Amino acid sequence: MARPLYSEPGDRIESIHPVTVSRYRGFIRANHWITAITLILLLISGLAFFHPSLYFLTGLFGGGQNARWLHPVIGVVLFVSFMVMFIQLWRLNLPTPDDRKWLSQIGDVVKGNEENLPELGKYNAGQKFIFWGMTILIVVLIVSGVMIWEQFFGELVTIPTRRWAVLTHSLAAVAIILVFILHVYAAFWTRGTLRAMTRGTVTGGWAYRHHRKWLRELAGRRQKGPAE
Amino acid sequence: MSETAPQPKTAASNPPVQPIASNLLPSDVVRISATKDVPQPERQLTKVAKLIDVSKCIGCKACQSACIEWNDTKPEVEENVGVYENPHDLTPNMFTLMRFTEWVNPETDNLEWLIRKDGCMHCEDPGCLKACPAPGAIVQYSNGIVDFIHENCIGCGYCVTGCPFDIPRISKVDHKSYKCTLCSDRVAVGQGPACAKACPTQAIVFGTKEDMIAHANDRVADLKSRGYDNAGIYDPPGVGGTHVFYVLHHADKPSIYDGLPDEPRISPVVEGWKGVTKTAGLAVMGVAAVGAAIHGIFARANKVDAHEEQEAEKLVQSGDGDGGSV
Repeated sequence: MARPLYSEPGDRIESIHPVTVSRYRGFIRANHWITAITLILLLISGLAFFHPSLYFLTGLFGGGQNARWLHPVIGVVLFVSFMVMFIQLWRLNLPTPDDRKWLSQIGDVVKGNEENLPELGKYNAGQKFIFWGMTILIVVLIVSGVMIWEQFFGELVTIPTRRWAVLTHSLAAVAIILVFILHVYAAFWTRGTLRAMTRGTVTGGWAYRHHRKWLRELAGRRQKGPAE
Repeated sequence: MSETAPQPKTAASNPPVQPIASNLLPSDVVRISATKDVPQPERQLTKVAKLIDVSKCIGCKACQSACIEWNDTKPEVEENVGVYENPHDLTPNMFTLMRFTEWVNPETDNLEWLIRKDGCMHCEDPGCLKACPAPGAIVQYSNGIVDFIHENCIGCGYCVTGCPFDIPRISKVDHKSYKCTLCSDRVAVGQGPACAKACPTQAIVFGTKEDMIAHANDRVADLKSRGYDNAGIYDPPGVGGTHVFYVLHHADKPSIYDGLPDEPRISPVVEGWKGVTKTAGLAVMGVAAVGAAIHGIFARANKVDAHEEQEAEKLVQSGDGDGGSV
């Protein structure tokens, strides 16, 4: 059977009265929260090294020395966790023609006039932007991070390269924090989204409003029975 | 402790036999890493300097021995790989190192054996201090000494990134950064650095920066009279001058002395990282976080209405809405 176009094979309609739709299964949710927690820990410890006014945050890790060795170790955990998520999500995050139309009507998006927008699959262009932004920045951060990982890779690159790496690392960190803020903000602003990552399901109305093509496809699959 | 130590003017004097109070105090600090608004010191100590006259150096390594002995460091015994440097590089336990270069002078076709004592230059504008994220891990005293305060060091290696001379080394044992202290603990009690005290040819001398510049000028004049037309002082202005500086017989080509930087300065990359990136980055993140929070509280949320829930039910019950995947 061909892969569905707008949904993951595991997505399905769970109940009809009222409609609830399974969006993320247990493993991906647990993994998402590992990524989230490690990102927050990295953000706190990284900011402590970034600006002297935030150095006190190292206290949460038991002092500067602890924060210094923990930060890159947590970074590796995040990288692995995110890569697993990447493998699971990249396909439906590929750009589609609808994304262009959605982006051209970004005003309607911000105003919440979704009836004017094209019907969308599992992700809209904003979600895709966050996905690819996170992906690129995490790769940049892990590569530049290893270059400045004094404890194990102090000799890996020359000092001039290391200077570029540390500058790149801090710029990428600022960028990923902005993407992170956008991600959290959007998840709160679009009511009914958070439960996709907690309970794993969304309401039918949410799916109808934001990702109608995704819902249609799931409805169609359901009608045909457990074909896969 | 009846008396306060004098500020040392030479490395030659012998220590007093009575206990003596330190004359290098926390209040003499003029710069502190990751700390703004260091209080203005009440007094200005005389600027000190160590002058290394490479033309007088015989490569005996007495300075290294004295350094190890005074600082009680124990550099590892390494393999002989056929060069004179020993150890092979500066280490967390070797704060100073004689670097040997065999250089053929293209003008005379003579082989010249260039020996340079490497170690912290004690920059007037220290790149390590600028790069350091840990408050109080690096300080600069008003006499010019740049010192690492190890209890505040977190071992991140940013000082390595910041230093224009590749000097600091991070210990694999205690994960703290080490380098020459200019024997701040000796200077504090009126003594010159151990290396200068031990040097048998007085290629290393110590005193006030003013005296050392005068002495260096005499040495340069002497070298010029002996045919070293390019003799000169290496006191690089790019880092505001240094409190360890050289007399070089080929001052026009510092890099022939085992890569002594021709025009050292704090890298613009480091300046950009610790300047605009740090300030603007924090501001942008702060505005975004606060803006998102305020907007999240006050703006109209994007809500699903009951009509949409009904539509969803209709869609699901009617089965395939799009016909696309049939």
